Amino acid sequence: MNPAIDPVDGMTRTQQLLADDPIWLVILKVVVLFAVGVVLTLFMINWERKVVARMQQRPGPNRVGPNGWLQSLADGLKLAFKEDIMPVLADKKVYFIAPVISTIPAFLAFSVIPFGGEVSIFGERTVLQLVDLPVGVLVVLACSSIGVYGIVLGGWASGSPYSLLGALRSAAQVISYEIALGLSVVAVVLYARSLSTADIVAAQGSGWYFYLLIPSFVVFVIAMVGETNRAPFDLPEAESELVGGFHTEYTSLKFALFFLAEYVNMVTVSAMATTLFLGGGRWPWPLSSFNDNGWLMFIAFLVKMLIFLFVFIWLRGTLPRFRYDQFMRLGWKVLVPVSLGWILVIFAIRAYRNSTGSESTAALLITIGIVVLAILAIAFLLPDRRTPDEAVEVASDYPVPPLDLEVPAAPRKRRTPVEQRQPAGALSGKEEE
Amino acid sequence: MSVLAQAASTAGDAGVGEAIVFWILGPVSLASAIAMVLARNAVHSALFLVQTMLSLAVFYLMQQAPFLGFVQIIVYTGAVMMLFLFVLMLVGRDSSDSVVEVLRGQRVAAVLLGLAFALLLVAGVGRAAFAIPSAGLGVAASNGNLPGIGRLVFTDYLLPFELTSALLITAALGAIVLAFAQKKPAAKRGQRATVIARLRGEHARVSPLPGPGVYATANSVAVPALLPDGSIARESLSEIIEGHEVDEHPRPPADAHALTDGRRDAPEGTAVRTTTGGEEDRA
Repeated sequence: MNPAIDPVDGMTRTQQLLADDPIWLVILKVVVLFAVGVVLTLFMINWERKVVARMQQRPGPNRVGPNGWLQSLADGLKLAFKEDIMPVLADKKVYFIAPVISTIPAFLAFSVIPFGGEVSIFGERTVLQLVDLPVGVLVVLACSSIGVYGIVLGGWASGSPYSLLGALRSAAQVISYEIALGLSVVAVVLYARSLSTADIVAAQGSGWYFYLLIPSFVVFVIAMVGETNRAPFDLPEAESELVGGFHTEYTSLKFALFFLAEYVNMVTVSAMATTLFLGGGRWPWPLSSFNDNGWLMFIAFLVKMLIFLFVFIWLRGTLPRFRYDQFMRLGWKVLVPVSLGWILVIFAIRAYRNSTGSESTAALLITIGIVVLAILAIAFLLPDRRTPDEAVEVASDYPVPPLDLEVPAAPRKRRTPVEQRQPAGALSGKEEE
Repeated sequence: MSVLAQAASTAGDAGVGEAIVFWILGPVSLASAIAMVLARNAVHSALFLVQTMLSLAVFYLMQQAPFLGFVQIIVYTGAVMMLFLFVLMLVGRDSSDSVVEVLRGQRVAAVLLGLAFALLLVAGVGRAAFAIPSAGLGVAASNGNLPGIGRLVFTDYLLPFELTSALLITAALGAIVLAFAQKKPAAKRGQRATVIARLRGEHARVSPLPGPGVYATANSVAVPALLPDGSIARESLSEIIEGHEVDEHPRPPADAHALTDGRRDAPEGTAVRTTTGGEEDRA
């Protein structure tokens, strides 16, 4: 099915390379992945504070370390030494285990991300990826769906109304946005003909999916912000409504774990978006020759991932938080139907191309163009629906400005008496002179 | 459990790792299944069910069915159990199981049906495990797990698949219709309609209630707000706070002097009236 599959043992080149990894290399990769997660978290917290500060015309953290870049490290150390408070009403075991449940899947999802191409580490040919499962994309989705248990359970176990409300919101949010996320991935999987992340990157050699599959890309990016509880979708921890939301009662290291999980999740979904839509570690056209070197591909991957992370920060600095019903409406009435319709279109195109052969692309495009033209013509020919003018009705004699905010024309009544009283006005004018 | 072991041995490559995973996760999944039934707290019960499902997902992974394993995690633990938790939380964390039997003969029927279902499962799975020879993964899924499932679903099992999806959609539509039928058709009042109603005098007052008067001398919400003439704005007092008899030190009266930085000369008359008004109110 996949052209890259070796007919002998049914494994792709990536899977063969990974299967040959000695145990020390696997352990090295695990340690490096963990370190990448933690270091990127520390970096992201600082970067976010600096960028948001710049957007708000203030300097941001600039005291600890060179240019303030060690601020989040200092904060993390301080957090670890804080008193660990267990609320009286808390469900002790669940309260304890919730931050762990939240953190571990966040790191686990890293294992299937193809960070770069084929490299040689200490003389051993391998790929910059821990494991390449045939269902790699599903691993990331599964990890994100388990990670939310940490938030929901933490909110429930805290025994506080604010936390419980945060947990409820989080549960509803994840159920809604997980569907949109999964549906947006379907189009990519259909085009790449594989669920393996390495295969998806390889399939983007002829073109990145972010412009080939624009609707999927847009839905994925919106849903990934919703999935990671980030502004403008940070309803589970809306500080203006719920104090801290699900982590209101959490202190010390447990709180730090929630914090870590949130940022690692951001890194994970950004890496996933890079893999699925931005061609993984592939360099764009003028620099295509860099694709031969696995380490240079790693750099390209990092740059693309940082672009997504910057968008996260940018969104937070720009957009106000959604109201809850608006958020749910966006998920269920916009993202899910759009994804379903788009998948249908892709199925139709693929079925057409499979039945007639690939040379009929021009005919297909012409057909689509004619259909679109016909729809547009009908849309223009149909008369506009008449909207009745809304009569502004004054509710009471309570003095209010006009509801349509139009300056009322000078009332004619007054002008007529003035004209009639002209001799008197002329007289007064003379008096003033 | 023995079925899984059997299946593993028929596959012919039950490695050491597989055996280790099985003997660790088998007891875990069984224990959490039992704990799910015995747990008092509904959320704990749901969590034990999640644990069982996760163990089963790992079993699927070990049986070289990665797609099934991860779909189990995404669909069952991710979506279905999350909905369960959602409902349990809406019900409330302190609600305990009711011991009263609402439906007559419910328990007897449940036990009988449960036993019948268990019998059916054992018979069906037992036949699948022993009577039918295993074809092995090489035949059923020659070019990978996923294409094999996809081919079967859209060829041999197309009709059952479509029927199942039709059943699910019908159920979902039925749920929507039931949920909306119970809702009253009366339209929710919008922002504009509320404002107009407010102006028509359907509310007690047009403006919102005044906030508490938090001054430099006291940072309690129980401190009343002061009107421009120094008297107390009664509407700023919270009924809930005033309704409670609290044993505490006498609260400091609202003191407008705190705002004038000790200069008692300027708003003399109002300040005096303020303090006396406040004390009257406390008494």
